[in-house]
Amino acid sequence: MAVPAADVAAAVPVEEPAGKRRQAFRFLATGKAITGLVIIGVLVVLSVIGEWIAPYDPSARSSDLLEGPSGRHWLGTTHLGQDILSQLLVGTRSVMVVGLVSGLVATILAVVIGVTSGYLSGLGGEGLSAVSNVFLVIPALPLIVIIASIVPEVSTLGIALIIGCTSWAWGARVLRAQTLSLRRRDYVEAARATGESTWRIIGVEILPNLTAVIASSFVGTVIFAVLSEITLAFIGVSGGAEWNWGTILFWAQSQQALDQGAWWWFVPAGLAIAILGTSLSLVNFGIDEFVNPRLRTGGRMRAGFTPVVRGGDR
Amino acid sequence: MSYLLRRIGFYLFTAWAAITINFFIPRAIPGDPVQSMVNRAQGQIDSNAIHSLYVLFGMDTDQSIFSQYFEYLGQLLRGDLGLSFTFFPTPVSEVLGDSLPWTIALVGLTTIVSFVLGTGLGVLVGWRRGGWADLVLPVTTFLSSIPYFWLGLIAITLFAGDGGAFPSSGGYDPGVTPSFTWDFISSAVLHSVLPAVTILITSMSGWIMSMRNMMVTVSQEDYITVAHAKGLSERRVMVSYAARNALLPNVSGFAMSLGLIVGGTLLMEIVFSYPGVGYELFQALGAKDYPLMQGIFLVITLSVLVANLLADVAYLALDPRTRREG
Repeated sequence: MAVPAADVAAAVPVEEPAGKRRQAFRFLATGKAITGLVIIGVLVVLSVIGEWIAPYDPSARSSDLLEGPSGRHWLGTTHLGQDILSQLLVGTRSVMVVGLVSGLVATILAVVIGVTSGYLSGLGGEGLSAVSNVFLVIPALPLIVIIASIVPEVSTLGIALIIGCTSWAWGARVLRAQTLSLRRRDYVEAARATGESTWRIIGVEILPNLTAVIASSFVGTVIFAVLSEITLAFIGVSGGAEWNWGTILFWAQSQQALDQGAWWWFVPAGLAIAILGTSLSLVNFGIDEFVNPRLRTGGRMRAGFTPVVRGGDR
Repeated sequence: MSYLLRRIGFYLFTAWAAITINFFIPRAIPGDPVQSMVNRAQGQIDSNAIHSLYVLFGMDTDQSIFSQYFEYLGQLLRGDLGLSFTFFPTPVSEVLGDSLPWTIALVGLTTIVSFVLGTGLGVLVGWRRGGWADLVLPVTTFLSSIPYFWLGLIAITLFAGDGGAFPSSGGYDPGVTPSFTWDFISSAVLHSVLPAVTILITSMSGWIMSMRNMMVTVSQEDYITVAHAKGLSERRVMVSYAARNALLPNVSGFAMSLGLIVGGTLLMEIVFSYPGVGYELFQALGAKDYPLMQGIFLVITLSVLVANLLADVAYLALDPRTRREG
């Protein structure tokens, strides 16, 4: 996802032609989606270079205990004199890795299970659909919390896999519904009539028309995964020694930072999470508007309060 | 009717799957919870008692996994969820019975308020596009992207603690005992204000979003145009024609979210040390109290299933198309 993100972000100034060139990812070319992608791009860059540009070692203690923001420590220090800005920068990577990996795992599972169960009729399709419905109704967060807490010494990647394997069901359901409706379209029937193989029909005829839905479920899973990882870290379930935004909040909470007035320990990490979440949601809005043009904001199409004028766009 | 029967069959199957997952999770754990409990008791448990603990906690190594499994199913049917490690020897079902009412009362009410407010706002925002209404979306999106616990902690700092108007933790003052007296009820209400408001802020945007999108989609239907052409008032068209038809997905979403009440507010209860099911799960995690974890997970899952069934029934009542299918 990082590659198209960078591409579209780079194409912002060259508005229309760039949008036409990249037909496959056209749905990312709305204002909202581009705003979101630019923010995500910045965070991705930070997650790569965070370790090098961090002014201090995030775990290194110093004698500046619980200091507010200053020239030396832009975002202040913890009770052990660790630099919070460095923790935030270094922690970006783990957040992004979990988001990306569990997003990928969940999306692949969702595509395989959703499209297969939508396209195949009969027992196989029904069975797969039943499996995804079971996963859909079993509450994910408590399950993730329980599994992550009993797996000994779970790493960041392990957390990502647990989240990915438990959160694919929603995407699978949406994709199944969409595939069911595509399966009977004329062009698919035509492909079948010309003797194309089942896998070619799925891969070449159906999948390209699901791109927007797949992208949207990917983004949705990333949001869920990031929030889950941070939640896990915050309640102390992520055993690893790696920093992430949730770990910062975990220490801040366990040291009662707020009671001591150490707002700088809390606010930056929370804002970082909120900004990441908002930018992902913006991308999703962009995709929604592409899929359903009626959702585009702006009341220009309205003349008076009689919506008759809009009849033309249907 | 056959539609409903099929759904019930599916939920029974899911319940069985959840119970089976529940059975295997603790058995896949490396380590020995009974031993850790014996260690904690520091030699006050004699060896006979230890063996009976193994049997009780389903860790009896003499039995095959199958007979353990059927014994477990039998126990569940009798409503026996085992004994909690943390609150030994209180049965898990009793521990749950103490915490469930708190969660259901607080989060149940909040969910209803959030649904009503969010749906109402969504109707307005979807109907009056452009202008101030379009600002509601980015603002609520940002609010809902804030991790819940963070907002809760900020709320505690700002409104509780020294000189604050609200208590920062617990479900009621330690001084009062739970009963139907004014003292207890007012104290419980005061304790629930901050958790409720913070849940509202973070959960409303979902309702607004989905309602708005449905409103926008519905408002382009022909029957809306006809309603306008008939000269009906703007308000009437909005409420009785557009909103009424746009409501369906939100209603099913509402029934689903009723199921999430029990589990979804884990964080709120942890942050506010609210004596509900989520806080119980948190404590169980810390104490490696597997029977309690299992019990909580089971209760959460079953409540989601029941809520889903209600959602299906509501859909059946509201949408004639599902009835025709059956």
